[in-house]
Amino acid sequence: MDTGIAPRSVGIVTPQTAKFTEPLRLSSGAVIDAYELVYETYGRLNADRSNAVLVCHALNASHHVAGHYAGDPASAGWWDNMIGPGKPLDTERFFVIGVNNLGGCHGSTGPQSTNPATGKPWGADFPVVTVEDWVATQARLADRLGIRQFAAVMGGSLGAMQALAWSYHFPDRVRHAIVIACAPNLSAQNIAFNEVARQAIITDPDFHEGHYYGYATRPTRGLRVARMIGHITYLSDDEMASKFGRQLKNGKLGYSFETEFEIESYLRHQGRKFSDYFDANTYLRITKALDYFDPASAHGGNLAAALAPARAHFLVVSFTTDWRFSSQRSREIVKALLDNRCEVSYAEINAPHGHDAFLLEDPRYHRLVAAYFDRVGREVE
Amino acid sequence: MSRNGLKRADFDAIAEWIRPGARVLDLGCGDGVLLKYLKGARGVSGYGVEIDDDDVLGCVTNGVNVIQSDLERGLTEFETGSFDHVILSQTLQAVKNSERVINDMLRVGREGIVTFPNFGYWKNRLQVLGGHMPVSDNLPYQWHDTPNVHLCTISDFENFCAGHGVKILERKVLTNAKAVSALPNLLGALAVYRFQRA
Repeated sequence: MDTGIAPRSVGIVTPQTAKFTEPLRLSSGAVIDAYELVYETYGRLNADRSNAVLVCHALNASHHVAGHYAGDPASAGWWDNMIGPGKPLDTERFFVIGVNNLGGCHGSTGPQSTNPATGKPWGADFPVVTVEDWVATQARLADRLGIRQFAAVMGGSLGAMQALAWSYHFPDRVRHAIVIACAPNLSAQNIAFNEVARQAIITDPDFHEGHYYGYATRPTRGLRVARMIGHITYLSDDEMASKFGRQLKNGKLGYSFETEFEIESYLRHQGRKFSDYFDANTYLRITKALDYFDPASAHGGNLAAALAPARAHFLVVSFTTDWRFSSQRSREIVKALLDNRCEVSYAEINAPHGHDAFLLEDPRYHRLVAAYFDRVGREVE
Repeated sequence: MSRNGLKRADFDAIAEWIRPGARVLDLGCGDGVLLKYLKGARGVSGYGVEIDDDDVLGCVTNGVNVIQSDLERGLTEFETGSFDHVILSQTLQAVKNSERVINDMLRVGREGIVTFPNFGYWKNRLQVLGGHMPVSDNLPYQWHDTPNVHLCTISDFENFCAGHGVKILERKVLTNAKAVSALPNLLGALAVYRFQRA
């Protein structure tokens, strides 16, 4: 039977939910009394529970990292090309966990969940969460699953920030940190993009100051624009030029404000698609988590001091055309790790795709990650 | 770059100079075989620096720390004095700015080690006399595809050191992995030096 699924897929997966009732104090000082995390696992945890790999998600992704849902072959996980049997992160060898972060909109407790204090959705009252808060909740999930130490924590972009944060918050719980297309903090330019995205959402008349759930509406226009801005920054100029150039949809100028250029069509399509499934309050919070991430800030700007507790071995990967989180930013992380005499390898992949490259199947990139995980696998087998 | 001299006769010569447990930086480390060897033979820790994608992959496969970087751009990631030994094995001849690279080596490391094919070796001289650029085990490239831009002789290198504040601590000259004592600039195929700031 042709299922339409690549043969190396982990196949049909089912999300699970873990409930936590021990209150969690967040970076902001707010306390969440109870929360749920939705997660998926692939592969088998070995007898000494040493082969677990946590995959952290970035801005718009979720716990659904690999495989697909029953009856929906099109529902491939967001990193399905990386994770599966025989893939770079090989589920025949590793027990892989994907978790929807706190504040998310894919099942974990977030702004859409019911606020126990009011019996209504949290909406705007859901606290701002940080990378550190996510790592703390992920650690609780690891406790629940009986995993004391991860063979690796891995992520790209915002996910990589979580992998990095794991290495200094829980030094003895991470053997390897795989930090892809990361930055040690956001530049002013990056924060600026996020702020434009947030303003697009907040100024949408359907936003209702974050309490739109009660108005049976959603700020989809704002979300669409937010996503369009994001997409511009995920692609390189060259990639956009080669994919779209100045191509016109109808071959001629219409002297109107309809969709004329292919790039406009692409951005609108991406915006629409995103606004159909993503929650605006979650988007606002995740962009804040990005903006706030800055481990060096607690150490007078000294990143090496911030990373000093780390004991993990590191693989740091950047992409030459990524201008959102440029190679230079990854080199700052590498420098801080070198200053601490950490075990670290750094690869700069010459890929044309910009920031998005971390999600794509570039052979040099995937071979490198596969080779690294092969070493990790031999340590824990 | 460091695929020059596939037999790597210089490994043992280098290893003898490395203190057990030393911190080592290997510039132009190729697929990391030297560092892997030194980890096993001397228990060293450290990193390789390599620009080539396949070699970076090779290092990861070999379990050697590697930083993908162009060493000609300067070793800005590495702090002054952070290594016991900085090695430039069969790479000097492929470096454009030799002076800068050697200065960088002596900035980040206490001691430098370089190895290079001696262009003054009689077999090379003979090939030049015969009207051709030398091709050998230590110089395996044709003139048109060689990465080597700064080939030199033992005498050239020692003159360079004398003129650039580099103090040579020890020298080994090898031909077919055997030590050469007489007429090294003529009879030596491979030169191995240990040096520090004068």
